[in-house]
Amino acid sequence: MYDVIIIGGGPAGLTAGLYTSRARLKSLLIEKGFAGGQVMTTEWIENYPGFEDGISGADLSRKMEKQATKFGLEIVQGSVIDISMRGGIKEITLEDENRYETKAVILATGSNPRPLKIEGEDRYRGRGVSYCATCDGAFFKGEKLAVIGGGDSAVEEGLFLTKFAETVYIVHRRDRLRAAKVVQERAFANEKIKFVWDSVPEKIEGDDSGVKSLHIKNVKTGEQSSLDVGGVFIYIGYDPNTGFLKDLVNLNEGNHIITNENMASSVPGIFVAGDVRVKPLKQIATAVGDGATAAIAAEKYIDENL
Amino acid sequence: MSDAVTVVTKDTFDQVVLQSQDIVMVDFWATWCGPCKIVAPVVEELAKEYEGRVTFAKLNTDENPDLASRYNIRGIPTLMFFKEGKVMDQVVGAVPKAQLKSKLDALI
Repeated sequence: MYDVIIIGGGPAGLTAGLYTSRARLKSLLIEKGFAGGQVMTTEWIENYPGFEDGISGADLSRKMEKQATKFGLEIVQGSVIDISMRGGIKEITLEDENRYETKAVILATGSNPRPLKIEGEDRYRGRGVSYCATCDGAFFKGEKLAVIGGGDSAVEEGLFLTKFAETVYIVHRRDRLRAAKVVQERAFANEKIKFVWDSVPEKIEGDDSGVKSLHIKNVKTGEQSSLDVGGVFIYIGYDPNTGFLKDLVNLNEGNHIITNENMASSVPGIFVAGDVRVKPLKQIATAVGDGATAAIAAEKYIDENL
Repeated sequence: MSDAVTVVTKDTFDQVVLQSQDIVMVDFWATWCGPCKIVAPVVEELAKEYEGRVTFAKLNTDENPDLASRYNIRGIPTLMFFKEGKVMDQVVGAVPKAQLKSKLDALI
């Protein structure tokens, strides 16, 4: 029996594990992929305090993992398929049929890139369609690429892709970016980046070797055109990983978990941290705050109820 | 790294993959690729489960760019399934083990 089981090993989950371990609660973190989560695939992070020159996502992930395990957090790899309640005890079932019992749960399952849902996207996935510039960018040396989106991820990854690509088109449905101003300034100053405003992707075309072009439509004029690109990188947002939680905790219409200010979900003893919950800003800096709050709330719950 | 998965390079690819009598699954990967780290342990497990029936190989795309471009690799991890030197199927990205098993079972 664990005191706390944390599901998800991104910054929120690892911080929760750091705090619960230091509270001397017997803590287990279950991660389906690799510690770090989305941060692991982020090339460079320069808005997380304490690293004045920035830090790579991979390094930050490893540091957070080391710091949490140093205080006793156990980490296992596995995919959670079910959480069931037996009185105050929660039983967690993994895909490999392993089961764990715990007094409290912290859900930090994060989110996944949202697909465009247009023709050609699935067909050319991994053959020019990508959701991870750091994973796939190096395969596009000297080519023309399209990045879809106008937020931080889209513009930062677009800048990263200029290391390899000849031209990076940033295709955005509006006429201005949502990205942080400092990131915008960098993008506007980069000669390899060209902006395609007020436009949405309609269809991705290619042949056996992969993507050849992206069809786009101007939402103001209705004009259709096409960009000759070898790759399409999609950064239009993220969907929360709450598929297995639908019947357990209250979600909002976007499938994010609703919490109070103590990170408590609608179920006693189940707490939530990071991108998976309803919150105005999804950043590493806010995820670690959630993780700490959820951990202390879980400690209090165990003290008072079990 | 277990011995169950053979490391291949441009020098050994023909012999290990193309000339094999077995079904061969090749994991195209690189050290800097996060999702590759999800797939690697799954491939190791499959290699043990399918020992004697399927050959498992991994190829570093940074060290073997010619092979990566020959097979139009545009994203990693890419898992490519070969039979008698021909590409029978491929999967890109980290996918559940069950999906890889069903692809293997379809080829055996």
